Amino acid sequence: MSDEGVLPDGYVMVVGLEVHAELATATKMFSGAPNAYGAAPNTNIDPVTLGLPGSLPVLNKRAVELAIRLGLALNCTVQPSVFARKNYFYPDMPKDFQISQYDRPIDVDGWLELPSGKRIGIERAHLEEDTGKSTHVGGSGRISGADHSLVDYNRAGVPLLEIVSRPDIASSEEARAYASELRAILVATGVSDGRMEEGSMRVDANVSVHRPGEPFGTRCEIKNLNSLRSLGRAVDHEARRQVDALAAGETIRQETRLWDEQTGRTATMRVKEDADDYRYFPEPDLVPLEPDEAWIEQIRASLPLLPAQRRERLAEAAGVTPEQSHAVGVVVERGADDLALALIDAGAPGDRVLVYVEQHLGEVDPTAVDVAAVAALVAMEVAGELTATQAKKVLAVLLDEGGTPADIARTLGFEAMSDDALSTTLDEIVAQHPEEWERFRTGDDKTRGKLTGFFVGQVMRATNGSADGAAVTRMLRDRA
Amino acid sequence: MSDADEPVIPLGARAIAEAVAAGRITALEVAEAHLDGLATRDETVHAFLTVTAEQALADAEAVDAKVSAGADPGPLAGVPVALKDNLCTRGVATTCASKILEGWKPPYDATVVERLRAAGAVTLGKANMDEFAMGSSCENSAFGPTRNPRDPSRVPGGSSGGSAAAVAAGFAPLALGSDTGGSIRQPAALCGVVGVKPTYGAVSRYGLVAFASSLDQIGPFAADVADAALLLETIGGHDGRDSTSIPEEAPEISAHLDDGVDGLRVGVVTDLLGDGIAGDVAARVRAAAEALSAAGAKVGEVAIPELAYGLSAYYLIAPAEASSNLARFDGVRYGLRVDAPTTAEMMVATRTAGFGPEVKRRIMLGTYALSAGYYDAYYGKALQVRTLICRAFERAYADFDVLLTPTSPTTAFELGATTDPLAMYLNDVCTIPSNLAGHPAMSVPFGVGGDGLPVGVQVLAPALGEVPMFRAAAAIEEGDR
Amino acid sequence: MTERISRDDVAHVARLANLALDDDELTTMTRQLAAVLDHAADVETLELDGVEPTTHPLPLRNVWRDDVVGPTLDRDEVLAAAPAVVNDRFEVPAILGGEP
Ligand SMILES: [Mg+2]
Ligand SMILES: [Zn+2]
Repeated sequence: MSDEGVLPDGYVMVVGLEVHAELATATKMFSGAPNAYGAAPNTNIDPVTLGLPGSLPVLNKRAVELAIRLGLALNCTVQPSVFARKNYFYPDMPKDFQISQYDRPIDVDGWLELPSGKRIGIERAHLEEDTGKSTHVGGSGRISGADHSLVDYNRAGVPLLEIVSRPDIASSEEARAYASELRAILVATGVSDGRMEEGSMRVDANVSVHRPGEPFGTRCEIKNLNSLRSLGRAVDHEARRQVDALAAGETIRQETRLWDEQTGRTATMRVKEDADDYRYFPEPDLVPLEPDEAWIEQIRASLPLLPAQRRERLAEAAGVTPEQSHAVGVVVERGADDLALALIDAGAPGDRVLVYVEQHLGEVDPTAVDVAAVAALVAMEVAGELTATQAKKVLAVLLDEGGTPADIARTLGFEAMSDDALSTTLDEIVAQHPEEWERFRTGDDKTRGKLTGFFVGQVMRATNGSADGAAVTRMLRDRA
Repeated sequence: MSDADEPVIPLGARAIAEAVAAGRITALEVAEAHLDGLATRDETVHAFLTVTAEQALADAEAVDAKVSAGADPGPLAGVPVALKDNLCTRGVATTCASKILEGWKPPYDATVVERLRAAGAVTLGKANMDEFAMGSSCENSAFGPTRNPRDPSRVPGGSSGGSAAAVAAGFAPLALGSDTGGSIRQPAALCGVVGVKPTYGAVSRYGLVAFASSLDQIGPFAADVADAALLLETIGGHDGRDSTSIPEEAPEISAHLDDGVDGLRVGVVTDLLGDGIAGDVAARVRAAAEALSAAGAKVGEVAIPELAYGLSAYYLIAPAEASSNLARFDGVRYGLRVDAPTTAEMMVATRTAGFGPEVKRRIMLGTYALSAGYYDAYYGKALQVRTLICRAFERAYADFDVLLTPTSPTTAFELGATTDPLAMYLNDVCTIPSNLAGHPAMSVPFGVGGDGLPVGVQVLAPALGEVPMFRAAAAIEEGDR
Repeated sequence: MTERISRDDVAHVARLANLALDDDELTTMTRQLAAVLDHAADVETLELDGVEPTTHPLPLRNVWRDDVVGPTLDRDEVLAAAPAVVNDRFEVPAILGGEP
């Protein structure tokens, strides 16, 4: 449905996302038990993990470092912070309270820039511990119909960073773009592996609707969003549900709703009640966190180029704008931007390089590519020595067996026109475009470069692509 | 004269350790003698919830093997120790005197237990207490009260009543307790032994089942000041498993016990000698001040009216932390479970059946103090009062090195005599301020009251002031001889 | 004695604390909590405006450990202490409603 994202009756949606990212540490937030996915049940446990009487938490310094890393990558202020206890009874939670940060989170007031250029505000990012995991047995296998549940505490105490956006997200596309960009930043900075399917990145969406100029509506929190696709669908569905409810004269209750991927609907999980009184208070077993400036600056200096910076760098090299080029985003997301930059550096035209890397080099290991050879191939294709189809075949051999594109083309029987015939064609083209020719003759390198492309293109069109682009380029240079 | 076959067991920890290390007596003989003693006499006192005779004998033999091999058996070689039952002992029931933890055997040892073993001590078993350390009489044990060895009709005090009674009865020369608002010092006073609450963070809390985390400290009981110093030196010092552990080695105390008190500035806290304090108890404190003065200390008086508000702050802060610390007892992972159709019902049923009335009262009070709409009025305000008390101490310590107060307002009272919870809380009025400030304080026996029962004098010092505190305590002890 | 805390308040707090109180217990508890809160009202005479709260007696900051794997517990020893175990997991009765 193409109009899925557009709400009727002048409503717009207001979305904020809460993302829980498991930190890529070796051990848990408050103890030395391993932080490892997929271990046999209840093996990554120690007294702290199980909240045994008498056990005490000791903070993992690496988790703090990763929280600072992400905070800096999200343009946040890193501030002194305090751990607090969030008290509620739940069997997944060994102490029946969660150690989290409440009124003094470590990262505040940042922003994340979407590929579209829009900035989404980051309200805060705070450190906390994960819960264990229940398996529901009997009944439908779902939590509500189960006879009983079985608890594995391996995940309990795994360090989490909860990243809370401002309600700046206005569509499901933006919600997906935000989550996708945040994941890219988490991965690029080494803060988390960002695997949604393993639950190491979990997204909850706060969705409300209102008419512009009117106050925000009551928001509902949507949980169980296990993929970007679910996120997009759930946000659209929930906004639509709220608008429909309002149209029917109902009011929206503040509640937590669960997304069902199968039915494509959200359903009430629990209504926010007065009983939601978490009785936060400062965690007396931990002391305040006040990372010193020097350490923060050291972490800042160690940050890699972030996806947005890499997109900008590649787009600039390729001569496109990041917003224009979908390919720039794809190439950076795949981590193939260094390859693309190398190809451009080796002389291949940026726009073609983006197409090559996006379409043909998506599956290959970027470091195993013979940059000079592929650049030469791109040049041959651009020069018209090879058609796009021929070039693709040459590339396949090149990646498989190595060699030079010229040799491979010859072996495959892809021959170009003779120099004489080419020269005649070029005469005709130059005569048809005197203005361009004059600019080419008198222009600087940059102008010449551009116009070389123009003339090569015209020759290619005239020869149905059987001309040798490189030869045309040489001839142009000789004539000028 | 003793039977020729019976070894003569020296009295006190230092004497036993020295005799065992020198090979004049074996640790096994020491352990057997103490186990025999408590087997016959603990029926009345009920100081122990669990006696680990087999382990004690095995540990004693290991000490003896070290001595025979010429290895250093440690500073507490062969010294029997009683452990309060809120200290985790691997494979040995640790119940906190609660039905909710009945039979629970921790899979790990508390840091202090490890350190005792490493020092050659022999643990005899787990001492009775008020449930989860909540109480001042040891009557709140789910497994029956402990009686005061000086007069079995009286309470031993609490919450570490079993530990105090074990030392007072001679079952063990040393014991460990925990002190959140006076739970070591008050029973020490009532039983006539020495009890020390160290500076907050001086002794690792790892393995101490928490009551109120920002107030709890583990500390020693002993028959005399020097033995208490030796035990504190053994268990103290930094532990990386406790984030609130002071990053320093245990202070050297024993070496300073003979330093005397010449020139030591001692402040008698006048606010804690009037209303609410028994006259005979106040008289003993004044007598202790005179003894210090006679020994060369510069004794003066100081008024610290803020201390009176400690009780109010304490009875909001401690329950607030406790309400959270005791949430984990939910029937899922260990301890009691009362079956019910759903997990939520099971948790309620378990907690309702497993906790005694005083524990429930404190959980309720603390939950209320933290709950939405009341946090600022109760918990928040209590934290501000805590600040005032810290400041008041700071002012007092500008003029004095140590302070002197009673430990307990009265001598040991009759079992069953105090039924009103608030009246029971008032027993802690002298001891609570040191917990709020995180300061060290200790109780030293100094004669008896009008009823012939022991009176304890409390010496207070600023944070890490253990050395002047022990020097004053040693002088008071000397003055009592 | 002033009404420091109502029966309803006490019932609500009992629910938060996962404790069940019968009618008599509710009455007694309300009276006892009110007495303690009444006593605690003595602090209302103190000037507390602008006084910083003390949450902790020590001025420690930045206490942490290196990210190095330490010992784990023996699963069988731990599960042996559990009220109910199925397939190496802690068994609990049906959980109604989701995690808050
Ligand atoms: Mg949240
Ligand atoms: Zn969270």
